[in-house]
Amino acid sequence: MTSRMDVKKLVLTSNYAAAYAAKLARAEIISAYPITPQTTVVEKLAEFIERGELKAKMIRVESEHSAMAACIGASATGARVFTATSSHGLLYMYEMLWWAAGARLPIVMGVVTRAIAPPWNIWTEHADILSPRDSGWLIFFAESAQEVLDMILQAYKVAENEQVLLPVMVGWDAFISSHTAEPVDVPSQEIVDEFLPPRKSAAFLLDVKDPVSHGNLVFPDFYMEFRYLMQRGMESARDIIRKVDEEFGKIFGRHYGGLIEKYRCDDAEYALITLGGSSGDAREAVDKLRENGVKIGLCRIRVIRPFPVQDVVECLSNKEGVIVVERDISMGLCGVLATEIASVLFMNGIQPKFASFIAGLGGREVSVEDFLKMLDFSLKEFQRGNKRVGPHWYGVKEEVIP
Amino acid sequence: MSFKVPLTPISRPAKASVGKTGLWRFLKPVIELKKCKKCGLCWMYCPDIAVTFDEMGFPHINYDFCKGCGICANECPTGAIKMVREGL
Repeated sequence: MTSRMDVKKLVLTSNYAAAYAAKLARAEIISAYPITPQTTVVEKLAEFIERGELKAKMIRVESEHSAMAACIGASATGARVFTATSSHGLLYMYEMLWWAAGARLPIVMGVVTRAIAPPWNIWTEHADILSPRDSGWLIFFAESAQEVLDMILQAYKVAENEQVLLPVMVGWDAFISSHTAEPVDVPSQEIVDEFLPPRKSAAFLLDVKDPVSHGNLVFPDFYMEFRYLMQRGMESARDIIRKVDEEFGKIFGRHYGGLIEKYRCDDAEYALITLGGSSGDAREAVDKLRENGVKIGLCRIRVIRPFPVQDVVECLSNKEGVIVVERDISMGLCGVLATEIASVLFMNGIQPKFASFIAGLGGREVSVEDFLKMLDFSLKEFQRGNKRVGPHWYGVKEEVIP
Repeated sequence: MSFKVPLTPISRPAKASVGKTGLWRFLKPVIELKKCKKCGLCWMYCPDIAVTFDEMGFPHINYDFCKGCGICANECPTGAIKMVREGL
C-alpha cells in the first residue's frame, strides 16, 4: 500500500525532474516546440501522456511563438498549463511572453538556459532568461534537479495566487543541469495534490456560456493603471514566494530560504553572489577560503523577478565587500546581476566594496579553481584600497583577440 | 471614482460599441444578384458579420458595419461581388 508520505528516489536529469513536476502538478495542457537542450522535458511529458500516466493534451505547434500563444489560450480558459524552451525558442516567443503577463495568466514555463547565436552554441549562459526580465514574468532559477522539481511545484502555487496571477519561468542550466542525472526525491501524487489543489477559477476566464474578449484597446487614460496592477502583483509575490517555500518545507521537509539562499553568510565580511548551476562550485570555493580564515559567504539568487530587494539589502548591508560572478553580459553595460545588485545597494544607501566578473559565457566551465582565482583577485584588490573591481571578463583568451 | 479596472482588460459583446464602422470604408462591395449562386461564402468569410440573407436566400451587405475589407469579393466563386470606390 502506498502512503501519502511515500517518496520515490529516482535518478533524474533536471529536464526529467521538470517533466515529473509538471506531471505531479497535473498540467492539463502542454504546448511546446523542440529545441536543444530543452527537448527531453516535453519528450518525457509526451511519454507520460502516451502511457496514460498524465491526463493532459499535448498541442503540437510550428514554433515557440505559437506554443506560447496556445498556452495563453488554454490558460485563459482556466486550464493549468506547462511549456518549456531554451535560447532562440524563448526569444521567438518574446512578444507572446508580454501578452501572457499582461493577460495575468499563471502559466509555468521551464527555461533551460542556453547561449544565443551567432556563434551557434547550445551550452549554458543566462542571456536568454535574463532578456525578458521587464516583461512581467516571475523568473526563478534552480541549482539542482531536486530544486527544479520543487521550484516548479512552488511556481504554480505562487503564479495562481490571486494576489499574483502572473506567469513564472523556472530556469536551470543547459547540460550541467539539464542532462546531468542526480538522485531526486519524487513525492507522492497525494501529497502534491494537498499542497497544490486544482487551479481556482478567476473572474475573467474565457467561457463560451459568458463570452468576453481579452486584451482590448485601452487608451492612455487607463493603460498605466493596468501596468501598475502588474507591478503590484510582483510586489505581492515576494512575500507569497517566501510563504509558499515555508509551507513546502513543512509538507515536504525541504525548503530553500525564499528568494535568495544564504550559505555561511551571517558572520561573513564578504559575500559572493551567483545564479544557477555553478553555485555548487562557488560553495566549495567559499569553504576553502573559510579554511584559510577568510570570512566569506555565498548568496545564491533564486528569484530574479520580483528582484529580492529586501533580502539582498539585509544580506549585504553589513558586508565589507561583494563579489558578483555571472554568466551573462548586458552588451554595452556590464553583467545584469551586478547592475541590479549595485542599483539596489545604491538606492538603499549601502556602499560595500564591489567586484564584478563575467564568466563562463557559452558554456565555458567555471570551476572551484576559477572561483578561487576570482575571489583571491578581488580580495587582494580590496586590500590594496580598490573599492571597485571590474567588470572583468574572466578567462577571456587575450591572445586570440585581434 | 466608483469604476475600478479589472486585472486585465476585458469586454463583453456589445453592438457597435465604437459606432457605425461602415464610415471607415472607402471601397464598397456591391453584389450582382443575377450572378449569385447563394453559396453563402461571403457570409461565412465576413469578419464583421455584415452579410445577411433575404427571404429568398440572397446575401445583402449591411453598409452600416461593412468596413469594405473586400474578403467577400475575393472569396465569391462566381465574381458576383465587385468593390466600388465610395463617392467622396
